[in-house]
Amino acid sequence: MDDEISATRAPAVAIDHSEPGVLCLRLSGRWMLDASPPSAAKVFERARAATDRRARIESDQRLQWDSGLLIFLRDVLDEAQRREMSVDFAGLPVGAQRLVALASDSSEHADRDLDGDQRSTLDRLGARVLAIARSALDALAFVGEAGVGVCRVASGSGRVRHADLLQLVQETGARALPIVSLLTFLVGVILAYVGAVQLRALGAQAYVADLVSLAMTREVGAMMTAVVMAGRTGAAFAAQLGTMQVNDEIDALTTFGISPMEFLVVPRLIALAVMMPLLCLYADLLGMLGGAAVGVGLLGLGGLEYYHRSLQAIGLNDFAAGLIKASGFGVLVAAAGCLRGMRSGRTAAAVGAAATSAVVTALVLIIVADAALTVLFDVLHL
Amino acid sequence: MAAAVDVAAETQVRIAVRELDMMYGDRVIQRNLNFVVEPGDIFVIMGPSGSGKSTLLRHMIGLLPPARGDVYYGDAGFWTADDTERRRILRRVGVLYQDGGLWSSMTLAENVALPVEQFTHLPRATIRELVVLKLALVGLAGFEDFYPAEISGGMRKRAALARAMALDPDILFFDEPSSGLDPISSRHLDDLILELRDSLGATVVMVTHELASIFAIGTNSVFLDDEAKTITAAGNPTKLLHESRDPKVRRFLTRGGKKAR
Repeated sequence: MDDEISATRAPAVAIDHSEPGVLCLRLSGRWMLDASPPSAAKVFERARAATDRRARIESDQRLQWDSGLLIFLRDVLDEAQRREMSVDFAGLPVGAQRLVALASDSSEHADRDLDGDQRSTLDRLGARVLAIARSALDALAFVGEAGVGVCRVASGSGRVRHADLLQLVQETGARALPIVSLLTFLVGVILAYVGAVQLRALGAQAYVADLVSLAMTREVGAMMTAVVMAGRTGAAFAAQLGTMQVNDEIDALTTFGISPMEFLVVPRLIALAVMMPLLCLYADLLGMLGGAAVGVGLLGLGGLEYYHRSLQAIGLNDFAAGLIKASGFGVLVAAAGCLRGMRSGRTAAAVGAAATSAVVTALVLIIVADAALTVLFDVLHL
Repeated sequence: MAAAVDVAAETQVRIAVRELDMMYGDRVIQRNLNFVVEPGDIFVIMGPSGSGKSTLLRHMIGLLPPARGDVYYGDAGFWTADDTERRRILRRVGVLYQDGGLWSSMTLAENVALPVEQFTHLPRATIRELVVLKLALVGLAGFEDFYPAEISGGMRKRAALARAMALDPDILFFDEPSSGLDPISSRHLDDLILELRDSLGATVVMVTHELASIFAIGTNSVFLDDEAKTITAAGNPTKLLHESRDPKVRRFLTRGGKKAR
């Protein structure tokens, strides 16, 4: 009974080598997590246990212990296995013995996923490319299915519930007015400011009216509305459909022979395709009002003069360009939201990811489509 | 009327699963499943968690194509049939999902009415009466205008049952009907299933590991083994309990003990 690591409240190990070939460890004191028990390797080293074939761990009845002891005991098991020793816990509190036995029960072992980190970079790159290709194909399939759904509804062979459609129209249209008002008015103000700084140098601040009205109608009105709708409605669509996926609601539609495309996706596409141009028109007006507030209020232009200049600067073709874009953006936002929602996984986290992904997808699509349409309209002289 | 004759001739439909393989990606879940559900059966699909019970159900109700094999309704193989045939099969099937799967944006009445509106041209008043009747059958009279979120889990399951029965199906599928229910509600649901089977003459296929339900109402069963990856026992559950030699089946049916009680 040599070598004692001891203090009254600390975990203590007494090493006993009285029996040949057997290492006996007597534990006392507090074997608790906050008392930081020693590592088994150190104890074995200190005990110079190289020639021992068995380890016996004992304690007195007053031993205080919690999971800290269990961690130490599992450590002992590992160390003993390394040294090819057998271990005997019979002298320990019964509760601790049972818990260690429970933790060592190997009836269920997770299959370690070996291909996680051990794959080569090339392997991972390939898998990634394949995944992108798959998701592109999937998106294409979705567009096709949605197209078929729209055609079926348009031709009268598929049905859309009017109550649902009206509710979606209200949700995506009227309820979006406040936020669209605020943002587009402020964008009008910003445009007027930026323009005024440049134009004043040339003494041409009256052209602020032209700038703001042209920019709003052709470009900014549609784009800002689409961005707002992507964040507001696209994300909501993805979250709604994703949650329906989690709740088996979409499966329930399918087993009733009701096409989720016609029942859920088509009304959303229609609602946004119809409401976006209206919102865009409203946004154009509010943006011009914002520009007028700066032009009249700060640049000292006459109200009537501003009004006339604005009217002169824009024609119906400019409105048409903006409204066509808006309608297209509406379809893109709705499609992105529905695609991500319908393809969402069946967990709460997956629904969140679907909503995020819907917004990102919609924004990318909006910008790409805007660039394409701007070039197209230029070619067509629209 | 040709349609009426057609329906009458088909009321005794058997469901047969033939040489069905189930896989998740490259991982085999079950292989070579073969069994027949006879008309009027309360057929239990049982097995440990992760053995693919719910996936098998999804193959049977047309939500997920199997890796191999087919599910036959009468003589028609579901996965080889065309769309019209599939819709005709699904029209005869009602499904009760694990958490009900009620459409959360609609009231209970609208939930039950939707399939009826989609597949019939009944006048509105008749549909309303039908809805009230179906909800009353499951003990939910007076709850027509409640939303699924406003009622308890047990009531949601019963409402979902009313919806599953909306089109008078002759085959009802149940995915873990008693999960999340207290013993009394669970028993109540069992009684309801029995009652409906007897009065409607429907065939019931259910996935469950609720032993009380299995013994109380199951008339036939298959046991999916997660290690052998196929059916290791089939037959009446009570008979299996007394006669099965398979230690795993016995352990399952006795909650791991030697013998019930």
